Amino acid sequence: MDILNALVVFANFVLVPATAYGAQLALGALGVTLIYGILRFSNFAHGDTMAFGAMITILFTWLFQSWGLSLGPLPTALLALPFGILGCALLLLATDKVVYQFYRRQKAAPVILVIVSMGVMFVMNGIVRFIIGVDDQQFADGERFIISARDFKTMTGLDEGLAIRTSQGITVITAIIVVAALFWFLNRTRTGKSMRAFSDNEDLALLSGINPDRVVMITWIIVAALATIAGTLYGLDKSFKPFTYFQLLLPIFAAAIVGGLGSPIGAIAGGFVIAYSEVMVTYAFKRVFGYLIPSWEPDGLIQLLSTDYKFAVSFAILIIVLLFKPTGLFKGKSV
Amino acid sequence: MKKILMASAVSAIAATSAFADGDVKIGVLFGFTGPLESITPGMGTSAELAIKEVSDSGMFMDGMTVTPVRGDSTCIDAGAATAAAERLITSDGVKAIVGAACSGVTGAVLSNVAVPNGIVMISPSATSPGLTSAEDNGLFFRTAPSDARQGQVMAEILMEQDVNEIAISYVNNDYGKGLADALQESFTAAGGTVTINTAHEDQKADYSAEVGALASAGGERLVVVGYVDGGGSGIVRAALDSGAFDLFHFPDGMVANALEGNFGSELDGSTGQLPGTDSPGSDKFVELVGDSFDPSGPFGPESYDAAALILLAMQKAGSVESADFKDHIMDIANAPGEPIYPGELGKALELIKAGTDIDYVGASAVEFIEPGESAGNYRQIVIEGGKITTEKFR
Repeated sequence: MDILNALVVFANFVLVPATAYGAQLALGALGVTLIYGILRFSNFAHGDTMAFGAMITILFTWLFQSWGLSLGPLPTALLALPFGILGCALLLLATDKVVYQFYRRQKAAPVILVIVSMGVMFVMNGIVRFIIGVDDQQFADGERFIISARDFKTMTGLDEGLAIRTSQGITVITAIIVVAALFWFLNRTRTGKSMRAFSDNEDLALLSGINPDRVVMITWIIVAALATIAGTLYGLDKSFKPFTYFQLLLPIFAAAIVGGLGSPIGAIAGGFVIAYSEVMVTYAFKRVFGYLIPSWEPDGLIQLLSTDYKFAVSFAILIIVLLFKPTGLFKGKSV
Repeated sequence: MKKILMASAVSAIAATSAFADGDVKIGVLFGFTGPLESITPGMGTSAELAIKEVSDSGMFMDGMTVTPVRGDSTCIDAGAATAAAERLITSDGVKAIVGAACSGVTGAVLSNVAVPNGIVMISPSATSPGLTSAEDNGLFFRTAPSDARQGQVMAEILMEQDVNEIAISYVNNDYGKGLADALQESFTAAGGTVTINTAHEDQKADYSAEVGALASAGGERLVVVGYVDGGGSGIVRAALDSGAFDLFHFPDGMVANALEGNFGSELDGSTGQLPGTDSPGSDKFVELVGDSFDPSGPFGPESYDAAALILLAMQKAGSVESADFKDHIMDIANAPGEPIYPGELGKALELIKAGTDIDYVGASAVEFIEPGESAGNYRQIVIEGGKITTEKFR
């Protein structure tokens, strides 16, 4: 019984939240890594792209809610997601046309594109704030919990509760579906293969008749889909506030770099490595050990590091990985 | 040319000195630019409202007039604030300063300008506990309570509700850290246990790690010293969802309408407190302000009171010099005496002149404790049925 309690405490405060957070980071990092692999620059505007996609989704969610449309226990936002993706794709394609295309034609160095993306970031930042405002927005509806802590306790008779939110369940399931679809697309379809060819060797790809404009366009559309899904899932799980999306950029980049920039598998692994290390290294194991070793009454919290250091943890991992494997865990391109 | 210059200079000096006989200048030094720029205009207007009321009454020092002079303390740039205060005193010749707005620059202006020049300063909004022990030669007062005081009040409220174990999560800045430490000190002194006192960064993406640590430490209440439109709400959300805590206690940064909107009845039974008073003074202040600006903005009443206290103390001392009137500020602010509310400054001046003792209550129910800061009045709240309801005032 005590071992079960210990497991439940650990699952409730470490496994479940870290898995959901990891899935959100992984989806974000996939977008960053695709742009890096195919368009060859670090896109700093990614956090705000997520915010923009999520914003369009929220606006449609509100519209549907006002019509009385709903998905029952599931959040209405899932219904609005395709429209969010569409809106986000239009914005990214327009940005590419107006901004990035010019620099691509000039064969500008990647560092210039990075700075350009920073400019784009500020513009998108402004657009999102202008349309929806700087405040917190709530748009989640449907059932809040798959199982709440209280229900779990009465169901199992354990002392500890385990809560799994609907948004956490949806996040993980959606992430699995999206990743599977993306891998199928990249490995099995003609367009996916041409994208990978373009990423591996641009000149060779051009020689074999691949249309670069088409590759670029499809990349942006996929990135828009990934960003909107990641942004919406994150907003459902926590809340939508433009500024936090901007803050999300750091862990997302850490995830992409740890996994290996340009490698889709790496992005997913990196997302989970960062999420688990942030939550686990700073977790206080007092209650877990309290159940495992009943005779032991610890004075402290049995916490390796205070939560103040949680960002230090992810960046320490980033530095260690870069020192020993400069291309990241999954052999991406070196940074 | 030379003659004209001389003549104009002489006449200018003559004019100023003639003017100075019948006019007193009061500095209004707030962060009109910078992070507080959205609330300082209301504060400035409030202070000027009191100054105008005194000046228009014609009762001040046998018919002297009072003029406010604004200065910009910027809130974050101590150098700019010091320069602005220096200008107010040396070039404008103000006799006292209402200000500054933020704790950091207030300390800088106090030690670099006010104390060397011997000028009285009353700040309406600097709440840092550090200012309580600042070297001030009796020149510094504040109509806002120190955060240390809120820590004590919070500990008292929790103790009255038989809460003996609390966990604290504070926003990692001067406000959060200062208040959390004050609470921990008072709460442990009263015999309670603080299981954990840890920081969270504002506006971050994920708070699972913080809530995990807080849940392990446990406690009957989670005290969230943060901002309702920032990380504070994130912590509460994560704590509620994981079942880590059901009951919370909130200080002023968290008690706002957004709390009802974000959580509704999920917080039923949670408690909190924020500065506030049920004294008739606050209603009278609202009436007095009318439509000229929004009187519900923060620190407006305190600003009005700061300016009023300076002028009433001058009347009592019969002198506009800081060295003479600084010792009268405490008498004016505290009982016993005839209570004075906003809009009654003319009457107060008359009473003082007649030798009657007055107790300035003002818009914020000012009562000074040593060393010259407001004891503070707090509104204790409890959340019931998803609504913030007032339990009592203390």
